[in-house]
Amino acid sequence: MNRIDSLFAQKKEKILTIYFTAGFPRLQDTRRILLALQQAGADMVEIGIPFSDPLADGPVIQQSSKQALDNGMSLRLLFEQLHDIRREVHLPLILFGYLNVVLQFGLERFFEKCTETGIDGLILPDLPLDEFRQDLEPLCKSTGIHFSFLITPETSDARIRQLDEASSGFLYVVSSSSTTGKKKDLSSLQPYFQRIEAMQLKNPFLVGFGIHDHESFLQACRHSRGAVIGSAYIRVLQQAADIEQATKDFVQQILSDNPVHAAS
Amino acid sequence: MSIEYRVGGIAPSVLRLARPGQYQVNEKGYYGEFGGAFIPEMLYRNVAELREKYLDIMNSADFQEEFGRLLRDYVGRPSPLYFARRLSEKYQTRIYLKREDLNHTGAHKINNTIGQILLAKRLGKKRIIAETGAGQHGVATATVCALMGMECVVYMGEVDMQRQAPNVARMRMLGAKVVPAMSGSRTLKDATNEAIRDWVNHPEDTHYIIGSVVGPHPYPDMVARFQSVISAEIKQQLQAETGSELPTHVVACVGGGSNAAGSFYHFLDHVSVQLIGVEAAGKGLTSGYTAATIALGRPGVIHGSKTLLMQTEDGQIIEPHSISAGLDYPGVGPIHAYLHATGRAIYLSATDQEALDAAFELTRLEGIIPALESAHALAKLKDLQLKPEHVVVVCLSGRGDKDMETYLRFLPADDNPTTTEPYS
Ligand SMILES: Cc1ncc(COP(=O)(O)O)c(C=O)c1O
Repeated sequence: MNRIDSLFAQKKEKILTIYFTAGFPRLQDTRRILLALQQAGADMVEIGIPFSDPLADGPVIQQSSKQALDNGMSLRLLFEQLHDIRREVHLPLILFGYLNVVLQFGLERFFEKCTETGIDGLILPDLPLDEFRQDLEPLCKSTGIHFSFLITPETSDARIRQLDEASSGFLYVVSSSSTTGKKKDLSSLQPYFQRIEAMQLKNPFLVGFGIHDHESFLQACRHSRGAVIGSAYIRVLQQAADIEQATKDFVQQILSDNPVHAAS
Repeated sequence: MSIEYRVGGIAPSVLRLARPGQYQVNEKGYYGEFGGAFIPEMLYRNVAELREKYLDIMNSADFQEEFGRLLRDYVGRPSPLYFARRLSEKYQTRIYLKREDLNHTGAHKINNTIGQILLAKRLGKKRIIAETGAGQHGVATATVCALMGMECVVYMGEVDMQRQAPNVARMRMLGAKVVPAMSGSRTLKDATNEAIRDWVNHPEDTHYIIGSVVGPHPYPDMVARFQSVISAEIKQQLQAETGSELPTHVVACVGGGSNAAGSFYHFLDHVSVQLIGVEAAGKGLTSGYTAATIALGRPGVIHGSKTLLMQTEDGQIIEPHSISAGLDYPGVGPIHAYLHATGRAIYLSATDQEALDAAFELTRLEGIIPALESAHALAKLKDLQLKPEHVVVVCLSGRGDKDMETYLRFLPADDNPTTTEPYS
């Protein structure tokens, strides 16, 4: 069974998904960060494939991608780093990236590598629905790897249904129309999340973009099964002297009302 | 001369025709395998709205009337088709210059910005954003925003803000906010990224005026239609001049490819007309400092479009180089990727030095200082094996005022007759 499905079957609320950019802050940190996140209590991880021109991302993730590329990160190297990750990491893993990098790697080869590695899901924000149906859906079906589309407050109900139909695993609900990393007050967005909840979609959904602390995490989870945090964690990694400790503190602070101010 | 400004209509002709519409975008937004709309969901609604409405709006009588009137009275169209006598003598052929440099604001870019601002108004948009390289598209956008009383934000690479300072000043005077793009090579690619991110963050009230035949469908087709006025006029003007509406060659520089697309447009189905695009080779095709996308690129996705682009094996976009800010772009419009793939057009490249030489040559032979971009087109006249019976149209896409600093830097000191000695 796909690990994403197992997760959603087991955990009904407050699923915490954390994004980080592969190759950041240092080239060889990938495994270490994955282990730290698992240890700290994250439920799922999105691994960002760095790209030179990340259109949907704000400055924080842009900067981390640039640094990762300067460090020498590539998709080929990422698969090398992950080749035996399943011995240690049991969380569902999602690759998040821009289409061009995947196209140049070769679609078939990409899916082969994902299967070998034990990748559970994909998010490619600039892949259109028609091209997904034509080129990726058959590969997703044959490998059992899930694909999540994004929806935004601008997405019409009819289109939400289409994107839900095409998605598997979960649907990614972008909190408001913006690039990543803008801290937001999510209280005004509750009617939007409520509307989607009321649509009774095929897939469960997670809320992402702009979630940065305990308060916004709870807001995001009120009508959804959980939330995705990206830029806020990248900011932590930027300054972390000790990745394990910083990750532990961060996850605790997101999950708990009384953040433990552990001495570092 | 009276010109009918049919936007993007294909004029009928009995001359050797390709299959009509063969080189037009298909209903899915593709030119062959190139094009499409590879955009994040945040932009879907705006791009879909544009796709659903652009043809109806552009073909409506009131749009045609307003567009035609502004092109005539405000831009100053038709732009002259000038027989360049001394240049023709030099190359032993007949050379006509399509004088887009004489348009209001000094380049072809305004044809597109007039069209798009009228469209944006009809879509009820209040705020305009744009990217710019040389600053010509930024100035053309700031100009139409002033004309229509709309808020205007222009993204420009920080490097380009320095090398095209006069245009930054013009945009500011016109009331536009110029925002430096600080990422990557800090040139046109990065300015385009920032403009797209702005649009992602302001989906309700903002229209993005893209400056070339790039970006997601329907932009490449829409911009080509607005620029197609160039070839519509060339046809009529040549008919009056030579008795035939068809030249043997049409030559235009290619950054994103809008002046080239506009110059080729009404000749696409006339296969007797040799279409030649000229890219910027920078310091040379093999130097690592180049912007010759068609020569060096592989298919990929950039700025919402599947096209040829300069990229690493790993799919990272390579930062281009050209002396000319307007050609300093690692992608190319999907229509050109397709015209190249089908062999309908050929694409050459000119180095920085060739472009400079061509600019100095035109200046001294014809008294016209061309934009550095346009100089790339002129630079290939020497390579085309032209004959006296040929009729060559070169699109002079813009004027060189913005490039004076670069030109003066390269003007040989001993070639300058200016003196501080009083005349005696
Ligand atoms: C005068 C001039 N010509 C050409 C270009 C290149 O653009 P395109 O290839 O879209 O015509 C520019 C772009 O800034 C320009 O200013």
